[in-house]
Parts: sequence; structure tokens; C-alpha cells
Amino acid sequence: MNYITSDLKVVGSRPVRPDGVEKVTGRAQFGADMRMAGMLWGKVLRSPHAHAKILSIDTSKAEKLPGVKAVVTSKDLPHIANEEAFVGEGPMNFRDLSRNCLAWDKALYEGHAVAAVAATSQAIADAAIELIDVKYEVLPHSIDVEDAMADNAAVLHEDLFTAGVDPKPAKPSNIAKVVTFKKGDAEAGFKDADVIVEGRYTTKAVHQAYIEPHACLCSYNADGQVMIYSSSQGHFMVRAYCSKLLGIDLANIRAVPLEIGGGFGGKTLVYLEPVAIALSKKAGRPVKMQMTRDEVFRASGPTSGATVEVKLGAKKDGSIVAVKQVLKYQAGAFPGSPIGPGCMCGFAMYDIPNVDVVGYDVVSNRPKVAAYRAPGAPISSWAVECAMDDLARKLGKDAIELREQNGARNGTKTHYGPTHQNIGFLETLKAAKNHPHWKAPLKPGQGRGIACGFWFNIGGESSAGCHIAEDGTVVATSGNPDIGGSRASIGMMVAEVLGVPAERVRTIIPDTSSIGFSFLTGGSRVTFATGMAATQAAERVVEDLKRRAAQIWEIPVEAVEWKDGKAYPAGSNAGAFEPLDLASLALKAGRTGGPIGSEVSVNAQGAGPGFGAHICDVEVDHETGAVKILRYTAIQDVGKAIHPSYVEGQIQGGATQGIGWALNEEYIYDAKGKMDNSGFLDYRVPVASDVPMIEAVMVEVPNPRHPFGARGVGEVPIIPPMAAVGNAICGATGLRLYDLPMSPPKVRAALDAVAPKLAAE
Amino acid sequence: MPKVLITGSACQRFTGGKTELEVAATTFRRLVLELDQRFPGLGKQVEEGMAVAIDGEIFQDAYAATFGSDSEVVLIPKIGGG
Repeated sequence: MNYITSDLKVVGSRPVRPDGVEKVTGRAQFGADMRMAGMLWGKVLRSPHAHAKILSIDTSKAEKLPGVKAVVTSKDLPHIANEEAFVGEGPMNFRDLSRNCLAWDKALYEGHAVAAVAATSQAIADAAIELIDVKYEVLPHSIDVEDAMADNAAVLHEDLFTAGVDPKPAKPSNIAKVVTFKKGDAEAGFKDADVIVEGRYTTKAVHQAYIEPHACLCSYNADGQVMIYSSSQGHFMVRAYCSKLLGIDLANIRAVPLEIGGGFGGKTLVYLEPVAIALSKKAGRPVKMQMTRDEVFRASGPTSGATVEVKLGAKKDGSIVAVKQVLKYQAGAFPGSPIGPGCMCGFAMYDIPNVDVVGYDVVSNRPKVAAYRAPGAPISSWAVECAMDDLARKLGKDAIELREQNGARNGTKTHYGPTHQNIGFLETLKAAKNHPHWKAPLKPGQGRGIACGFWFNIGGESSAGCHIAEDGTVVATSGNPDIGGSRASIGMMVAEVLGVPAERVRTIIPDTSSIGFSFLTGGSRVTFATGMAATQAAERVVEDLKRRAAQIWEIPVEAVEWKDGKAYPAGSNAGAFEPLDLASLALKAGRTGGPIGSEVSVNAQGAGPGFGAHICDVEVDHETGAVKILRYTAIQDVGKAIHPSYVEGQIQGGATQGIGWALNEEYIYDAKGKMDNSGFLDYRVPVASDVPMIEAVMVEVPNPRHPFGARGVGEVPIIPPMAAVGNAICGATGLRLYDLPMSPPKVRAALDAVAPKLAAE
Repeated sequence: MPKVLITGSACQRFTGGKTELEVAATTFRRLVLELDQRFPGLGKQVEEGMAVAIDGEIFQDAYAATFGSDSEVVLIPKIGGG
């Protein structure tokens, strides 16, 4: 059923968040809160070198330390073949995942796990890893993407040959693959252009910076049954990866999801769980492991640093005739940067006849990159949206009008192949143009920028349930960890279908043995896909309730209607019966057929893409180079906001992360490839005092493939901010900055560079 | 017979650079089987690594996704997210 045009009572309202009380009172159970009788503490020994051969590992002294119950290295995990499968977030090479959890013959980044211990206390575990003697042969390393691509760069993997080039190379390389997307003839298009704009943009690696470090508690029992308690974006993913890495049947692993203190894509894979299980198996006791913040930075996936070259060609009237983009993304120690989406997203918002995009996936001596909110797209759009702004200035056009003129609409063929359908980009731009922010006056020294973003959103496999308890209250189940409010949105959709208040529905997330399979929480998919499953489950329950009412009243089921949480006779001919509510029907559940409930599994298709447009005002302090965000408005097509407060929160959160990426965040390395700023004091994420209240404007162009019209919303908002801020700085200073972050030293240096020229003028 | 467009380079290495193919298929499952018959190995690449956009709508892991002879069928890299 489709409810898009229905008169909705719950969906679209703002009930109190269901997990709020336990979170603000400190009672919510996160990974680090878990305890188990007999539990040991696990600790990882990490490489101090950015690139080194591991010649030997002597664990004998550590094993003899009183209190140490187990020591493991990669020899304790099965050595698995080079195999790729799409089980988690993107194709995963399980050999690489295993080598990332515990190094085989090489340490590939500073912080790479080399061995691990389990001991009766954290202090003993800390002491034990100091006793593990590892002999290294240090090798040259490379960090930045172009350094890693250089002919003389030390190769990380002797069996990595660049894919996507013909003929297949004979020599190994740090370039894992090359991808290309072409439409029309870009070179011919550029010849036809009146105006050309070019730029070379760079970004540094940034971390998802979730507040909660990785943590898990794992127990391997003597009969081979495994329990995993961990914070993740997908407990089915955790189960699958541990099964694959350790050679354990899936049914023998039970993964229990816990509350998550942020994921943003960074918790869509495993680091500690396979190691903890291996330690538990050896020790015969449960093992708890948790990363410090330092370990999170040094050893868990940030996103890529990159270089992006972009060229736009347009006619004098503003129509863009040709574009070219070359993207080079760091993958970290193993292949798998988000180069594909990066290549597809930058120009996805525009209707351009000639497009040439080339992307490089490059390994370098850094932690393997993990997904970060719209992976690949922010970097690509940083370059494209700055260049669009330069083009608008060169043409003397309004920045929004240039985008409207060239904007994608229903029927626009993208450069990566599909034709856009049911999209809301132009509506989003119109909302931006009509917003008071766009026309608000600026003071001298202030600047305004706009930038846009696109993300595909996905559907996928999801399971959800709807169960009526004996007293008529409702338990909804979701197969997905809640990282952005999906417990609330799923409960609300179930409540809407049942016709009861949101407060009558409690949504929980069962473990992997207690609910059908769900693909992980990512890709902005859960409210869409798991919401679809939950809606169908609730609809089946309604049909069942009508059947039971018909049985109680002894009338045909077609003569029963369900409205506002009750069964009614449909019309006076059906009979004069008092309505039956959930409680009344639940009371008679046994006599009318048994427990009332349904679980539905789907593979949801038809996830609609999302578009955003952000307007940013800044003021630049010419003495310090500090950039102050004065006002920020984020406009986004959200399809249908199931719970508007959560949607606004997603938009504000994504925008804030993008602002941090724009202005301050970066990994800083020393000459030996070691991270210098592995803590929040020196890795500077925005705090509440750094940003103004971000106004989130929701444009609702319903997605017809979702029962309530929802689109994914969580990822789009991180895409526009970098260019929005960069364009605003350009507006304030007249300077185009090409390198992220636009931190005070860089801004000050750019101002200083032009100061003599300005003085002369 | 529907025309299938292959964008990106991952599949093109199986087809010798060909980006447009006519395939006797009306479901994604049949498409995978036909492509693998003509270009051994391509079926696995498509099934595991690609999504299919049918008249603009993206389907992932959907054997039953159907299309007609006039449909726009485009194979694109599978999408994930963060």
C-alpha cells in the first residue's frame, strides 16, 4: 500500500525519541559497558613503522607473564585466499580484511595490528604487549596519493597489478585500479566552449571521528558457539566477517547489537571482533577489547586524501558543454577507496553533453580507508562545486541560476549511465533561491557561498517485524542498528499503519539469531528499506486482525474495516458490533488463531537519490586566518520526513562534519609516516561553539517507491559544505583556495601572498 | 532485443572495450546468464559487482528485475554508502 497522499497522523510528527532517556541518563549499553563473568582484557600490539617487513614475532616472554591467558598473531587465524565478496559495505576482499585485523608478513601502516594478548587485567595486558619482540625490516613509505603513485614509490603489495588498464601491467603497482566514465566527446566539447575554468584541488585524509571508540566483548564457548557484543553498523555484517575470517559457521555465531556512539560509515567493518574471538578460543574465557582514541586514529579507517583536477567548458550563455575530471584517491593499506562513487557523483547533478572522468584507486601506508558518509562524493564535489562557482563568476552569472540552467531533472541522462527519474534537484535549488538567506545583506569583509551535492541512496535486504503483545501494545523489530533515528521512524510507520499513537509502539533491534537477515546500516537505507519491511509487516498484522474480528463477529472478512487502531463493521449491513481495539483482539489471540505478529524480509529496490544545496556566510580574520561561519542554511530533498527532528538532525550533523572537513580536520604525519595528531585536542573537529545553528530546510518530493515517500537523508548533507565554505571565503577575500583544510595558517598564507599585490594596487 | 549499456571500465575489460550490447533477456537473472555465456567471467562480475539501472531506476541484487525491449538498461558499479 502507498500512503503518500493519505492523511497521516503519526508520520511527519515529532514524538519524543525512544532512546533518549537511557542515553541522557547514562544507562544505554555501549560496547565498552559490557561485562561477562570470567572476562579477560584484550590488547593489540601495533606496528610503530609505516611500512616494514615483519621478520619474526617472539611472544614467549608475553606468554609467561602471570595473568596472560592467550597471545595471538595472524598464525592463529586461517590464512584465506584472495577472495572478494559483497557482504558488507562495498566489495570486501577477505584476505585483506584478515591482514588488516592482524598483519601477515608486512606492517603496512603505523598502528597496523601485529599481535594481541588477553590477560586478567588491562594493566597486565598493557605490560604483556611490551614483552612481544617483533623484528622489523623498515621499508620506505608513502603517504600522499601522488607520492604513492610515483614510479619510485615503494610498492606495498607485490601481487597488486593495476586493474582497468589494457594490456595488463607486468610490474606491481600502488595503483590498484583505474576507472573511467565517458559521455559524448569532451575534447570536442571543450573546443566548442567560449569559457574554460580549471583547477587542481587537494584534500587530506579525515576521520569519521565518532565519539565512541571501537569496542567488543566476545565469547568462544567450548562447543564452538560464539557470542559477540559489539557496537557496529551491522551485526549481521559482524557475524559474516567473523565467520569468514575464522572459518566458523554463521549459525554458530550470535552477534548482539549495542548502542552506537556514531558510525558514519566507519563501523561498517570489523577490527577487534575476530581478534577477540581468536583470543577467547585460545584462553577459554570471554575477551573484551576496546580501542583508545589514539588507536582509533592510527588504526581504523579514515576516508581518503585525494587530488582532483577539474575542467569545465561553457558557452557565453552559461550552458556547460564539456567537463573533465581526474580523481586520485588514497585507499590506505589495501585497495578499495570510494573512487567509483567519487567519479559518478561530482557531475550527477548536471545535464552535460560531454563528460570525461578518470579515477585512480591508490594504496599507501595509511590505515585502510573506511566509508565516510557518501563515500567519495564530498571530495569530488569539493572540486566541481568550486569550479562551478568560478565559472559563474567568469560568466557574470548568479551561482544558483547557473546551476538551475544546467541542472539535472527528470529525464536527464547521467554520465555514468542511468537516466534520472523522480528527482528533486531543481526544487531544492528553487528553495535555496527563495530562502531569505540567499538575499540577506552582507557586511564588508563577509562572503557568501553556495554548493550542491548528490547521493544515490540504496535499498537492499532488510527484515522487520510487528508483534502485538497480550495487552495490545506493539513491539516492532528491526534488523538494523540505529545510528540515525531509525528506531523512531520504523516505530512511527508501524504506528501509522496500525492506527495507534507512536508511544504504543516500542522498536527493538534483536540479535542475529532472533530476526531475519538485514544488510548493514549504511547508504541511508534503513528508513527506506527496513521501513518498507516494517510497513509490510504491520499491514499483514492489520489483515490478520481484520480476519480475527470477522471470526469474532461471524461476518465475512470483507465486511471488516480497520481504522484508527480498531476493527469496525464496514457499513450498517455488516452488523451492529462495538469496535474491537488491539487490546480486545490481543485478549482473544489464542482463540482466534494464535499469537498476532508478522515478520517480513525484503530486498528493497527503488531508493530515490537525494540532492542538497547549502548556503554559507563567512567572515575571515585577516590577522589569524581564522574563518568564522556566520550563517548556514542546508536545503535538501528528503522525500518525506518521517520524523522531521531526526531528519533535521541528520542534515545538521552532516553539514557540521563537512564544515570540519573544510576548515580544520586533517591527518598530520611526521617524516617517518607516523601520525602526529591522534587525539581530539590536535585533530580539530567542530564543537558547538564553532558553528551557528544550522537551519535545515526540508524539500519533500516524495519517492513513489516507498510507502510513505521517504528517501535516504543521512549522506547528502556532508557533500556541499566544503565548497560552500570555500566559495564563501572566495566571496569574502577574492581568493580561491584549492587545498583542504582551509585552516588558519593556510588562509593567512594565501592572504599574505596577495598582500604585496594589493598594497601596490 | 534490449540494448544493455555498460559504463565504467570494470566490465569493459571482459567485453574487449565494447560498451553497448544487445542481449536476449527480459530479467536481470537471464541477463547475467547471457552475458556470462558470451564473455566468460562477466556474469560473476555483473552479479556481484554491478547494479542495473532500468529506465533510470537502480536495482541491486534483484534477479526478478524485468525490462522490455525498449527499456534503457545500464550496468553501473554497485553502490554502497556510509
